[in-house]
Amino acid sequence: MSAPANRLATRNLTLGYDHRQVVRDLEVEIPDRSFTVIIGANGCGKSTLLRALARVLRPTSGTVLLDGKEIGAHPSRHVARTVGLLPQSPITPDGITVAELVGRGRFPHQGALRRETPQDRAVVERCLAETALTDLGQRPVSSLSGGQRQRAWIATALAQDTELLLLDEPTTYLDLMHQIEVLDLCARLHAAGRTVVAVLHDLNQAARYASHLIVLREGEVIAEGAPDAVITAELVGRAFGLRARIIPDPETGRPLVIPLPSQVTAK
Amino acid sequence: MSPTMKRSVGVSVVFVALAAVAAFATVDIGQFSGGITEADAFIINQLLLPRILTAVLAGASLALAGAVFQSVTRNPLGSPDVLGFTQGAATGALVGIMAFGGGALVVAVSAWIGAVGSGVTIYLVARRGGVTGGARLILVGIGIAAILSAVNEYLITRANIVDAAAATVWITGSLDGSTWSGVVILAAVTFLLAPCLLLTSRSLRVLELGDDLAIGLGLGVEKVRLLTLTGAVLLAATAASQTGPVAFLALCAPHLARRLTRRTGPNLVPTLLLGAALMLWADYISQHAIPNRVLPAGVVTGVLGGGYLVYLLAHQRKTGQI
Ligand SMILES: Nc1ncnc2c1ncn2[C@@H]1O[C@H](COP(=O)(O)OP(=O)(O)OP(=O)(O)O)[C@@H](O)[C@H]1O
Ligand SMILES: [Mg+2]
Repeated sequence: MSAPANRLATRNLTLGYDHRQVVRDLEVEIPDRSFTVIIGANGCGKSTLLRALARVLRPTSGTVLLDGKEIGAHPSRHVARTVGLLPQSPITPDGITVAELVGRGRFPHQGALRRETPQDRAVVERCLAETALTDLGQRPVSSLSGGQRQRAWIATALAQDTELLLLDEPTTYLDLMHQIEVLDLCARLHAAGRTVVAVLHDLNQAARYASHLIVLREGEVIAEGAPDAVITAELVGRAFGLRARIIPDPETGRPLVIPLPSQVTAK
Repeated sequence: MSPTMKRSVGVSVVFVALAAVAAFATVDIGQFSGGITEADAFIINQLLLPRILTAVLAGASLALAGAVFQSVTRNPLGSPDVLGFTQGAATGALVGIMAFGGGALVVAVSAWIGAVGSGVTIYLVARRGGVTGGARLILVGIGIAAILSAVNEYLITRANIVDAAAATVWITGSLDGSTWSGVVILAAVTFLLAPCLLLTSRSLRVLELGDDLAIGLGLGVEKVRLLTLTGAVLLAATAASQTGPVAFLALCAPHLARRLTRRTGPNLVPTLLLGAALMLWADYISQHAIPNRVLPAGVVTGVLGGGYLVYLLAHQRKTGQI
């Protein structure tokens, strides 16, 4: 087994629920300081992979390596200070306010008895500002719109203040402007030297923002690398069963996916 | 100190004051104004003081256990009444009364065994693949509660009339049998377990965010669940073994405390203090509500607590919760 070159990697990773395999023998590395985007059809195992990378899901076999060592062998607080996860469907406790929710992201930085410090509060303020939620800090999360709520959860993940950040569909529920805001926020974190991993469904956003793409199909990696090299009409066909034409984005020169009508309805 | 924190402390002080007023009312200081005779001293020392201390300790224990159950199951209905411990304690007590003659100690021990036994059973059945889901705990608990209720009914129909009457009084929950030895047991368990549970408050707040996020934040979720549930079951079982299962106290105290403190999270300290105050008041009311007729405290908590629960459900339906 070769030592990984990057902080987060998998070796022969097999994942499943109740003996049903979802991911088989997966070997991926998350390039350090990359903005890695995972794409793939519904149910192909994206969330499952992300959960294993944050050691929320235990592998059936194989390993997830953090800094060359099995992730489960690190103290859990150390992992929580290194890898942050925004799950696809987190639970909102009754009556919690936005600021309180974001404050709970500070948990791994606090001792068993230590209360919130001024530094914790400063981080919370900063995360609220970064997600444009400063004015909503005292509102109950349950009274927010879907998009505002999503941003509150992103702020919670940010408050964990980790080098690696794993975001499961951070742009779901957001209007286009806020989608771009969240992606720009990820891009800023990436530019500041963090490693960001996000599951996205919009291929064009993936192509535009990712520095590294991982394409999954039925629990297997069918392509990975720079978006320019990875996104081809053939790949879109294989991953999503979709006919598409790829043209260079006039704005960025990155690949732009134009879906074509399916064979049946085409002339 | 944040405003919510200040409010929380203020509300807690009010709860303590309410408890103190109820305690003085129970002793009825006025009736001894002409000096305390030897008989008065006996009543105070052997009847009233153990009664008050049992109310404080059992009330606090049940309420704290309820707050932990609600937090861990992420369900406002999580409480010993719904989860089957109450019914388990009753089954134990019935067996103690019918098979072993029903001395106070025998009933206490058998009720304790019944409650802890049903707690362990529910935990083991609800656990799947190393994970104990909150919804699964509630559903399994309701199922076991139904089975045990049926067993209890059957046992009562088989009991002779004296045993059946004794069992019915016990199941309603009452402070009439309070003794110093019971107080000592309750105090030992409460002072050992309550501080441990209070220390888990921060972990419980994180657990409420869902397993995935909690694990991601570095919490050993299954360990926290096992430890807090064990503590809560032991507290509830010990309280029930002394007073009988006082209905609805564990369910209502956490809701009321949360409403009054307006704080999210398990609110363990205010809940515990409120539990003590509620139990004292329930006992006081049960002795004075109907002239010359003493009710078991459980009747009062059942009526008030049940009423409050209905109000809560009706109200929360409107605001879209639950
Ligand atoms: N907790 C679970 N228990 C059992 N099966 C599960 C569980 N979670 C996911 N699965 C199954 O595992 C497979 C992969 O699910 P996963 O959530 O990883 O998909 P995904 O790629 O994230 O899909 P989506 O785009 O819809 O979010 C699916 O077939 C799903 O039904
Ligand atoms: Mg998913």
